[in-house]
Amino acid sequence: MPFTPELAERRFGYGLSPQIAAPPSVADMLTGLRGPDVMAQTYPIPGFRYIQDQIVLVSRFSKFARKNPQTEAGAAAGEKAKTARRALFHDRQRWVVSTLQRRIDTPHAFRERLIAFWADHFTARGKSGLLRAAAPAYAEEAVRPHIGGRFADLLFACVTHPLMLHYLDQNTSAGPNSRAARRPDRRRGLNENLAREVLELHTLGVAGPYNQSDVREFAKLLTGLAGTRDHSFKFRRNMAEPGAETVLGRTYGGAPGLAPIRAVLFDLALHPATAAHIARKLAVHFVSDQPAPDLIRDLEETYLSGGGDLMQCYETLLHHPASWTNDAPNIRPPDEFVSAALRALAVAPEMMQSLIPAQIKRLMTTPMRLMGQPWHQPASPDGWPEDDSAWITPQGMAARLEWAVNTPARLRPDLPDPREFVQDVLGPIPPADVVFAARAAETRADAVGLVLCAPAFQRR
Amino acid sequence: MNHAPLTRRQMLARSGWIGCSLAASPLWTPLSLANAPWQGRLVVIILRGGMDGLDVVRPTGDPAFAALRPTLAKGDAPLDLDGYFAMHPALKDLMPLWHREELGFVHAVSTPYRDKRSHFDGQDLLEAGTQDLGGAGRDGWLNRLMQHLPQIEAETAYGIGQGTLNLLAGTAPVANWTPEAALDLSPQVLRLAEQIMQSDPQMHAALIEAQMLSDGRPGAVSTKKGPAHIQVARFAADRLRGPARIAAFSLNGWDTHRAQARMLPRSLGQLSDVITTLKQDLGAAIWSQTAVVALTEFGRTARENGTGGTDHGTAGLMMMAGGAIRGGRVFGRWPGLGEQALYQGRDLMPTDDVRAPVAWIMRGMTGLPISTLQDKVFPGLEMGADPKVVR
Repeated sequence: MPFTPELAERRFGYGLSPQIAAPPSVADMLTGLRGPDVMAQTYPIPGFRYIQDQIVLVSRFSKFARKNPQTEAGAAAGEKAKTARRALFHDRQRWVVSTLQRRIDTPHAFRERLIAFWADHFTARGKSGLLRAAAPAYAEEAVRPHIGGRFADLLFACVTHPLMLHYLDQNTSAGPNSRAARRPDRRRGLNENLAREVLELHTLGVAGPYNQSDVREFAKLLTGLAGTRDHSFKFRRNMAEPGAETVLGRTYGGAPGLAPIRAVLFDLALHPATAAHIARKLAVHFVSDQPAPDLIRDLEETYLSGGGDLMQCYETLLHHPASWTNDAPNIRPPDEFVSAALRALAVAPEMMQSLIPAQIKRLMTTPMRLMGQPWHQPASPDGWPEDDSAWITPQGMAARLEWAVNTPARLRPDLPDPREFVQDVLGPIPPADVVFAARAAETRADAVGLVLCAPAFQRR
Repeated sequence: MNHAPLTRRQMLARSGWIGCSLAASPLWTPLSLANAPWQGRLVVIILRGGMDGLDVVRPTGDPAFAALRPTLAKGDAPLDLDGYFAMHPALKDLMPLWHREELGFVHAVSTPYRDKRSHFDGQDLLEAGTQDLGGAGRDGWLNRLMQHLPQIEAETAYGIGQGTLNLLAGTAPVANWTPEAALDLSPQVLRLAEQIMQSDPQMHAALIEAQMLSDGRPGAVSTKKGPAHIQVARFAADRLRGPARIAAFSLNGWDTHRAQARMLPRSLGQLSDVITTLKQDLGAAIWSQTAVVALTEFGRTARENGTGGTDHGTAGLMMMAGGAIRGGRVFGRWPGLGEQALYQGRDLMPTDDVRAPVAWIMRGMTGLPISTLQDKVFPGLEMGADPKVVR
């Protein structure tokens, strides 16, 4: 089957919308990626700096409150800390809405899908306290600007981002012979976590040609990458391991600094094992759990010949005949399922903006957790599973059906006519059994829910 | 194990179920109970992230131990087990079980996974129960066990929680459910949903199972309180008091690369809660027939790292609890922690395959022949001599 706008929007976007035209061609999809990022401007999400500032504020007020108990000023500071804390919690909910709203409104949904894909490939999240709010900021500044560039730049941005340094414990890793490690009062040393996951998950893949010694040498090379107390980025020379390190047979460094780290990451980015790893992941995510071997091979070749230029990879992906199979082999994971449903319902921005945090939780994030995908909280650095069987579970299906029947009416009191909705959502020739079910349901809400739970909607 | 088979009436009396509405559960039939091939209950808990066995059961009697763990051993004193090993203080609530010989450990065990130290490959291999990951397919050893047991029904084994459990994947029927889930919709919607999903066998099967499992059963509502791990334990106990014989779920949070002294107690506290909740909710009679086994994908480095944590290692610890377990012992062949004894100079040396004690427990619970366990359930495993971990 060749390109069709409907299939393009389903497989590479967030599904059909009654308000937004599906992309007319592959060229148009690629142009959309090159153009200005209108959604990021329309529904802004602040960068990591904003979170840092809140953290600094909260800790200053809390510290003052602790030091001045039973005084009026102390109590006031305690209140201020509480308010700032609560504000950040509310921000977190607002950013859920912003992210969803971008997916509802965008004419270039492929861009939003790519951001979700790469943010998952480079999974990072805050492990405690206020840092839990930082995942959207990370996607905004480490992932979003680089999805159309070179993989090496994306890799460097993600691996050196303060949230990643925190998530994979790089912040506190010191070279065994660094100045920090030699200080007698405070024992410090190496932590292998980031080095290992960069090799295993972000670049070469677990079957890649590296061993424990590469992990350890790479970990030494990464020392110095660290956050400051308030988690902003800083290269800490006193923690960096002096001397050169050998990773995959190549020696880096001498003088500690960002240059050798950039060099090793760029070499890893261009490694053939990385090309194979990335090619497979793109094909599995966008096309099928069992992608055609020639699709992977062509992606791999494009990646290598283009030096990891991602636009060229997307071009190969979108032009490849194997990308346009007629069946819909992949299931939408929960956050995509919910996004696609909201897009299909064309939920108005005013409605989304009017939701209070408790409603966002009740209508969006709790249901997604029940479907198996708590918002921005994958359990481990390998991110969300791609396997359909991870999502098509009894409890997952129950949660989807419950949500699809009960939620749309709360977001669109004027629910669409199910007979039109089925066409808007599933294209001009919807499956006959879904058309029947949409007519046979007892209520409008039931009918809409059934359309959203049809395999033709849940799969892409 | 040689328990006389319980009659249905004894069973109900012991589990305190008399008076509950049995009619509410269509799968509860006299047949499935009276003919149940075994009365024991097996609970398998996968500890994801690589639990540091050396911190949980500390070889304080090993002369090399203290030097390897200069800061991790600080804080509350560990609880002495046998004069050589001492248990992490966060497990203090399990001490009564140890004294009753209902808690035991196997130390220095691992899966056959070596050298790459990837969580995800390590977990896949742990759940596949095979020698390596090549060509193993995606079925798990608990499912293969069931394929060799008679009278297996959909609710004989439960996979609990949102995450996928490859451990239970396979051709034998298994129930997958989470206590948080519900399917409270009109019969008409459910009927139509079934119809539209018929074209997609995978989705259709999941929906049918969801309907079966959410079908208003006793106990389901009362499990919905408290933190997730307690809910899971209560739900497991609820099913195991009924027709279920096997329950499996996972607990996350064992990847302690830094600040382990702060992070590990939280995870251990959860594990301890799960075990005490199971014991309490199962009741004395069923607990006496229960084996709880907790497994992790690998242990961690023998030395603590420079950030108060430990990195990915090899051999680790298996934990066992329940009345069916012959506890009060630390099993396993202790390799020592001297420089020469370590695996690759960094990890605790694996001296036994973790699958062997699990296989012996399954043999004790089900009476399956050793050859079936070695060839079919854990292909390639040498079970060796009976360590007598089951009473």
